[in-house]
Amino acid sequence: MIKKIKSETAERWGYMGIQSLIDSGNYFYVFAVIGVVALAGFAVGLHGTFTGYHHVYGVTRQVPWGVLISAYIFCVVTSTGLCLVSSIGHVFGYEPYMPIAKRAVFLSIVFMLGGFTIIFFDVENPFRMPIYNALSPNFTSNMWWMGTLYTLYLLALIVEYFFLLDQNHSMSRLAGLLGVIFGVAAHSNLGAVFGMLHGREFWYGPYMPIYFIVSAMMSGGAAIIFFSCLAWKIDRTVLTRRMERGIKAVCQLTILLIAIILFFTFWKIISGIVAPEKYIAIKAFISGPYAPHFWIAEVGLGLIVPFVLLIRSEGINTNLMFAATGFMMVGIFFMRYDLVLAGQIVPVFHAMHVEEYNSLLHYMPSFHEIAVVVAGLSFSAALFMLGEKVLNAHKFQKHAIVPPGAFICPGCGGIHYKKEGESEEDALRRHHRMRKVDREDEHA
Amino acid sequence: MKLMNINLEKLIPESLDSVSPMERRSFLKMGLVITGVFAGGRIFSVVSNVNEAFASSTDFVEKYPYSPHYSMVIRQGLCIDCEQCLQACKETNSVPDYGYRTRILTKTVSDAIGRQREFIPILCNHCNDAPCTRACPTKATYKNEVNGVVMMNSKKCIGCKMCILACPYEARYYNAERRAIDKCNFCYDTRISKGEKLTACSYVCPTGARIFGDISDPENVVYSMVHQIEKQVWVLRPESGTKPNVFYMKATRSSPWDLRKQAGAR
Repeated sequence: MIKKIKSETAERWGYMGIQSLIDSGNYFYVFAVIGVVALAGFAVGLHGTFTGYHHVYGVTRQVPWGVLISAYIFCVVTSTGLCLVSSIGHVFGYEPYMPIAKRAVFLSIVFMLGGFTIIFFDVENPFRMPIYNALSPNFTSNMWWMGTLYTLYLLALIVEYFFLLDQNHSMSRLAGLLGVIFGVAAHSNLGAVFGMLHGREFWYGPYMPIYFIVSAMMSGGAAIIFFSCLAWKIDRTVLTRRMERGIKAVCQLTILLIAIILFFTFWKIISGIVAPEKYIAIKAFISGPYAPHFWIAEVGLGLIVPFVLLIRSEGINTNLMFAATGFMMVGIFFMRYDLVLAGQIVPVFHAMHVEEYNSLLHYMPSFHEIAVVVAGLSFSAALFMLGEKVLNAHKFQKHAIVPPGAFICPGCGGIHYKKEGESEEDALRRHHRMRKVDREDEHA
Repeated sequence: MKLMNINLEKLIPESLDSVSPMERRSFLKMGLVITGVFAGGRIFSVVSNVNEAFASSTDFVEKYPYSPHYSMVIRQGLCIDCEQCLQACKETNSVPDYGYRTRILTKTVSDAIGRQREFIPILCNHCNDAPCTRACPTKATYKNEVNGVVMMNSKKCIGCKMCILACPYEARYYNAERRAIDKCNFCYDTRISKGEKLTACSYVCPTGARIFGDISDPENVVYSMVHQIEKQVWVLRPESGTKPNVFYMKATRSSPWDLRKQAGAR
């Protein structure tokens, strides 16, 4: 009996068992290599923990936040974006986005875990964090809100994913809404962590929280396309008609969001050029030592090239979209790196014209820092690969196992039960809480 | 033609010498009440601040928020970069070699007449509106409620380094031995709470460039140095609005007369 229930749940969840990963041949070896890389990175990180980070990390007193914070931001930005973009479908009921939900929410959790792993190696006393976060909260601190809200966000995501697996769409929708609320709150707080530092002119202002949310959605769109194309390369059956439609819709949204971020970046530069205290940092990025980062990686790979490629792909050409979003993932990483460094490279005492601070500060990631970033990202990648096989590529159930009285929802792709005398359309509307609309042609 | 009846012999000169102490005190008191310049520590120059304070009512401060309100006056021109303060600080507060709680910056003005170099000691400003205490997620750094010193509760520090970024004065660093951020606390735990009157740095300073005291006490030297209009008193990075408690002023060994002699001698 228990076994039967177990197998029913497994079927409903699309759980294929670990064996499906082990039996997957070359795929398994790639997974194993990535897993070993992640473990090796963790080992290097732990070595740093025991030697003391100030010996092995490249961060200094003047530049206390380096590539680890950038990578953490990259991960949580992507996670928030995945959650927000997929919520358009399964939370707010826009049908073309529905089929991407399962993979997006799964990846959202995966990236969040990757981000938390990286921050574990950045914070000096990570074990004190949960204790004093609870015992001695500082409600004026954006850092406190960010940590707390991200924890709630992760919990909401896990609940949401559980109900998505269980095909309980009203509950997953509720949890998804909570996820969106916590996600936006947490993420704008992450922006405010930078935006409320009034001693750092480059970051200060409401721009950061706004920019963070919009760029999160852009990253989320890119991540959905990138990982769906990747999943399609792994398993050709992933790209169903519905999925194609979903990807096309996400592609259109991503193009729009790239345009918005281009416009944000443009005005950030233009307004920064006339602000004397921001000018030094801006100049370092447009013509100084960070110019290759900025122009080639951030603007080129992150925005303009994918903008052109995504428009050319028309949301149909998966190879073009895969390339475009792959570039974007690299470009977005540099975007975060630039953002973290830009506020720090100008010394706080630069206006005093003292000898100690008459030039830009320098930061170079150390081997240990890079290893931890690689560990966090490959940990996420390994979890993605695990999910693709073990969770049946996040597909919904096949027709063969549709129970009597149920049907496959053309919207979300899940299984819905019909009430007696109810049409499929009515059942769909009931499940997704869509209002019945009286149209002229329906009366006729 | 009608002439004004002015007796030049009896006219009182309008220089500062002629202002009676009573008048001066009432002027200062007015300045204190209206602008809160001294208490707020938002001193750029006393005169320019009068206009600035009218813009916002939050700058009205009638008395100092702490008692004793520990402050320091740095007489910039007197520092000779002997670094005895740094040494004393390291020894008193067991500061490791990779960190510092206070530092001396060097400013060179190559086209200046006479002296071309100036040393600027910096340390934690123990701001009234400290950005670090706002940013700390766990209240590991906080304002001492009695004397306003920005202190650390090391066991609560998670090491996120948020406060390092929030500080506009670069006063903080991570101390691996304490497993926490470390910073100047006006030697509160090592000297002041044990009955000493001065911080280690101001105690050893041979030129009197660092003057430590209680700015809320009219008898105190810091009070009398900051509460004056003859000399310009300022704080670092006033645009950050942090209301620091470390004040800077010029005190050169060379008087204007000396400077003129030096210029003439060339």
